Amino acid sequence: MQLSILFPAVVNGILNGALYALIAFGLTLVYGVLHIINFAHGTLLTAALFAAFFLYRSLGLDPYVALLLLTPAFFLIGYALQRFVIGPVSRGSDSNILLVTLGLAVIIENGLLFAFRGDTRTVDLPYSFAVVPFAGLFISVPRLVGFAGAVVVALLLWLLLTLTDTGKAIRAVAKEKLGAQLSGIDVAHIYALTFGLGTACVAVAACLLIPTYYVNPHVGNAFVLIAFTTVVLGGMGSILGALIGGLFVGLVESVCGLYLGESLGQIGIFTMFILVLLLRPSGLLGARA
Amino acid sequence: MTRRAFLPVLVVVGALACVPLVVHSDVVLNFLVTALLLTLAGQGWNLLGGYGGQYSFGHAAFFGTGAYATAILQTRYGLNAWPAFTFGIAAGAGVGAAIGALTFPSGLRGSYFALVTLAFAEVLRILASVAPVTGAGVGILVKLDPGIHALQFSSRAASYWFILSLVAAALVVNRLIEGSRFGAWLVAVREGEAAAQALGVDPTRVKLTAMTASAALTAAAGCFYVQYFLFIDAPIAYGPWISVEALLASIIGGVGTVFGPLLGALMVKTLGEAAKLVTGDAPGLDLMLYGIVLIVVVWIAPRGVAGIGERCRAWFARGSLGAGDTAA
Amino acid sequence: MTSPILAVENLSKRFGGLYAVREASLTVEAGSITAVIGPNGAGKTTLFALIAGFEKPDHGRILYENADITGESAHRLARRGIARTFQIVQPFAGLSVLENIAVGAHLHVAQRAAALEAAAEVAKRLGLEKVLNQPAATLTLAGRKRLELARALATSPKLLLLDEVLAGLNPSEIRDMLPVIRSIRERGVTILMIEHVMQAVMSLAEQVDVLVEGRVVARGTPAEVAVNPQVIEAYLGHGAAARLAGGAHA
Repeated sequence: MQLSILFPAVVNGILNGALYALIAFGLTLVYGVLHIINFAHGTLLTAALFAAFFLYRSLGLDPYVALLLLTPAFFLIGYALQRFVIGPVSRGSDSNILLVTLGLAVIIENGLLFAFRGDTRTVDLPYSFAVVPFAGLFISVPRLVGFAGAVVVALLLWLLLTLTDTGKAIRAVAKEKLGAQLSGIDVAHIYALTFGLGTACVAVAACLLIPTYYVNPHVGNAFVLIAFTTVVLGGMGSILGALIGGLFVGLVESVCGLYLGESLGQIGIFTMFILVLLLRPSGLLGARA
Repeated sequence: MTRRAFLPVLVVVGALACVPLVVHSDVVLNFLVTALLLTLAGQGWNLLGGYGGQYSFGHAAFFGTGAYATAILQTRYGLNAWPAFTFGIAAGAGVGAAIGALTFPSGLRGSYFALVTLAFAEVLRILASVAPVTGAGVGILVKLDPGIHALQFSSRAASYWFILSLVAAALVVNRLIEGSRFGAWLVAVREGEAAAQALGVDPTRVKLTAMTASAALTAAAGCFYVQYFLFIDAPIAYGPWISVEALLASIIGGVGTVFGPLLGALMVKTLGEAAKLVTGDAPGLDLMLYGIVLIVVVWIAPRGVAGIGERCRAWFARGSLGAGDTAA
Repeated sequence: MTSPILAVENLSKRFGGLYAVREASLTVEAGSITAVIGPNGAGKTTLFALIAGFEKPDHGRILYENADITGESAHRLARRGIARTFQIVQPFAGLSVLENIAVGAHLHVAQRAAALEAAAEVAKRLGLEKVLNQPAATLTLAGRKRLELARALATSPKLLLLDEVLAGLNPSEIRDMLPVIRSIRERGVTILMIEHVMQAVMSLAEQVDVLVEGRVVARGTPAEVAVNPQVIEAYLGHGAAARLAGGAHA
């Protein structure tokens, strides 16, 4: 394989991978703290994409500006979902949580389908196709911004978790829920907070994605398994792991796409996902699952 | 097993068999056929999920395999519909056994198991949407050839009786399992895998057997789909709709019960029709309602309609015993 | 002298950097009641898990009826005749008492009706006949302990491992349980029990092994072990043996 073909694919893969990582942050955070696999994660991304799209359509709001609006909005949505729907309805039962998040996924995706039909929409921004020269290639500016955004978010999350009191409370609940409760931490609140953080990440990802991507109700599906693969690869609950995992997944998809054609590039990811799940020693799988 | 155990099944099947004798509307019969199709798919899911406690989010993998196998064998290889149908079931069961053999020995359960099954179904869907043998994006059309030799029925009533016979067979199999050692082992694995192991139960083998049988039933539903609608493509065969509906039917109707999938399928399909009445054929509304119903059921009645029935019975029983005697 | 039904030789098991069981050796005579005691964290439950096939040892051997069963899986061992109860009882909550026991009976009986019959019989022996059709989740703790026992007995074991079967019971419940355990032995089942309730150990066990920090440090009859200085120190701290006059009495 010629370097001139491989190199752009690699760069492309890394840029995509950063966005996969951003999407995966929320998932891995929720798993690490609540120990649940949020099946609604992909559809929340779709919802955020639609939100960004309509903000642009109706208010002319640039996605990078909409980001400032949508991030807190989706944080609240995520908080409310966990605090008032998922938590109370599932009453802590693992199989119930599974079903509730699946139910939410189905509701959101099909709600969007019903409200906005299945047509694919795109956003055309003046800088959608802007490129910047780098090492003999032309890198898409929005993609580069996406990459930067992912790294910034990762950093912010890390800072939040290690330096702030809230972050410490989150980590306490993740490690030892009962002990945290006994120390006076409001676990339901922390759970909802974490979920909200995860959803906020997804909103950021949506705003960074939208200049170069398309919007339709099924987009979330495409990202769900990619996000899961990222999280499983990088280790459930690890932000850094999700970052590295995302980059790796992006790479694999890009390179596989070269050999197998674009639609089958996804197969490379899923196969990897299945293999990782099967081959990981049972000790790392996590007790709750 | 006593003959009495099969009495409810006989009564229900008998009653259902009489329906085309009184109902002549094609619309209603079509509705019932699709409801029974979903029942069969749900009976498959219920065996693994309800009785075995392993929730699969990818039963489409078996539905689609059964459907495609039946379609391909007839259209590409000219095989007669009957053996094609049988091979379809076997193919679906094979896929089930393969996935089970890969996942159970690794100890995957709970959310991870659901995820893996989802992944497998997605992989199959992508493959089917590009592979020439499955007709890629276009799908496969089975030639119209009404007659029992081609397993196609010109009258809705005949189709109805055919799917009913499959559902009846599944009900019988279900009852047999309930009263067998395998059934006892299966629910033991669901209730407590470690405790079951201590009693000599091999969880991997039990789960694998359940998965294979479960896949066979759902695959049969897929085979019937092809014979009834004469068309199959990737989103229909391997799309999330059937995974969700089969799961939903079992949960609404009552996981781990014989008649749960039947009750649930009727309710799910009724809900879908009601949704269509209100808003026309707008895509998405029916599934969205299903999602809402799923959450409501988990919230209020996690054991489904059959569970509500059980709770009522228990409530009455306790009432008649007076102060309950629970100490041993 | 007949060979012991169970022989554990230099068994070791590590979890990360910590040895839960370290070169533990013991033997159990067929038809006896043997107790394993020791302070909390001594490794007793891990030892049971190793013997019953729920964990694989890092070093050492386990011989059962002279056959090497090291590393065999739990369900296989159940078929060989090794049954166990769990420290935290694990009834099949969604099933009735009878159905719970029947799962055990099914190990040797394929027919449902026969298994239910055998289960009812075992239930009667353990005083559970009044609650046969109740959901297992509604039993009191004492009831659940009996259920746990009944389920294990239904597998017709030759060796029964009881993991703190008396934990959490009040004195009268304990008093009621002792003859049940004895009657199990009368029927020819060898019993190996982990116990903290010293009254039970003293009155039931013929042989006591003391596990401290993963090792067996003492072995003998209950009376011998009770006055063993190492044992006293393990429970009561350094120097305690010297401070105590006469035999330790629980």
